[in-house]
Amino acid sequence: MSEIKKITTPLTDDVIDSLQTGDRVEITGVIYTARDAAHKRLLENYEATGELPFDLRGQIVYYVGPCPAKPGQAMGSCGPTTSFRMDAYTPAVLGLGLKGMIGKGPRSKEVVDAMVKHKAVYFAAIGGAAAIISKSVKKAEVVAYEDLGPEAIYKIEVEAFPCIVVTDAKGNDLYVTGPQKYAR
Amino acid sequence: MKEVHVDKIVDAVEELCLTAAYDLGKDVEDCIIASKEKEESEFGKYIFDQILENIRYSREERVALCQDTGAAVFFIELGQDVHIVGGSLKDAINEGVRRGYKNGYLRKSMVIDPVFNRKNTGDNTPAIIHIDVVPGDKLKIMLMPKGGGSENMGRLAMLKPSDGLAGVKKFIVDSVKIAGGNPCPPVVVGVGIGGTMEMTTLLAKKALGRKLGEPNPNPQYAQLEKELLEEINNTGIGPQGLGGRITALAVHIEYYPAHITGLPVAVNLNCHASRHAEVVL
Repeated sequence: MSEIKKITTPLTDDVIDSLQTGDRVEITGVIYTARDAAHKRLLENYEATGELPFDLRGQIVYYVGPCPAKPGQAMGSCGPTTSFRMDAYTPAVLGLGLKGMIGKGPRSKEVVDAMVKHKAVYFAAIGGAAAIISKSVKKAEVVAYEDLGPEAIYKIEVEAFPCIVVTDAKGNDLYVTGPQKYAR
Repeated sequence: MKEVHVDKIVDAVEELCLTAAYDLGKDVEDCIIASKEKEESEFGKYIFDQILENIRYSREERVALCQDTGAAVFFIELGQDVHIVGGSLKDAINEGVRRGYKNGYLRKSMVIDPVFNRKNTGDNTPAIIHIDVVPGDKLKIMLMPKGGGSENMGRLAMLKPSDGLAGVKKFIVDSVKIAGGNPCPPVVVGVGIGGTMEMTTLLAKKALGRKLGEPNPNPQYAQLEKELLEEINNTGIGPQGLGGRITALAVHIEYYPAHITGLPVAVNLNCHASRHAEVVL
């Protein structure tokens, strides 16, 4: 396995160019949470008003619906949710300047094509490792759609948040090449 | 007639919600440790290490193993000599879920209506409750919190008898391949074969509740479980779908007689956080 690359948000094109499928990274900085319900509302509101709940440019969205925080925690257990549910909305948010996504599971061809077009990267966090992932969340606040409960958009500050680059901005995809290597 | 007061059921269910969410069964943990030894991929080994660290951390800190603390699925075995007093069994279970998910800081994941009103119910009710009436004077309550990521990858096929064993095997292995990295592999593969449409899916879910790695008592089905596990692990999907030797921790099959025209098969996948907890009152 490669050395861990330490990156910060927002993502610049130089950083995105330096990331390759199969890299392990640790992310530090502000990221935003959003699942399908939040994506749907964000895009509907944008179409109606031209406004976004936060500036998407250069940002990373984390697909997560956390547990409530226990006293002493910034956020409760918070592993990734399955990314393909966001596929229908992803090309549109990449068009608005989003540069990174954290989730789990393969994406559609339309998403990978849009990632290449808009130069974006898709990271996997380990599904089901939610308790230890929550240790890297230092601060969390709801920025939009509080009524969605665990599906609201949170702005979170993370420190050394561990991920794997699964799909890089050239469209290389570890969900395709990884299993091929071990199939018999 | 033995009496069981609903208050006792509420308390027991509340406790089960916490135990299941925080403390993964030793059977599952042991199986993960054993499977890790067989993994060849570097990412696979790294993922196994993270999963094991997560299991220990959540148990010690009493926090949820996975943020998806599931739909609360219950399998109840109600002894026919038990008389429940003080209210209804289903109300008591739902009250226990309400308290457990609130007091345990667990995520509430149920929406009011699947199509017309996807607003969160706010307390993870209603639970999904399956009740079986059995001989005796015991009330056995098993909770299997079921995450959505793996549940969404379930499949059902109403096969023809002529599809036979080969058709059954192909459908099961194909289901795991289609699921790929989505259900958080390494997975537990629950399979139902036979019965009717609704029964085969219920058998698949029940199969997930068996002690992990314990074979079916029928040697033919035990052999089939073994063969399927090998075929599934030859797909190369691997931990988290990133490639590797271990795609599944175990295959569990439950079966039932079928109609002369049919061969129903259902696959219900569970993630590596294969949670279940039970109590007997």
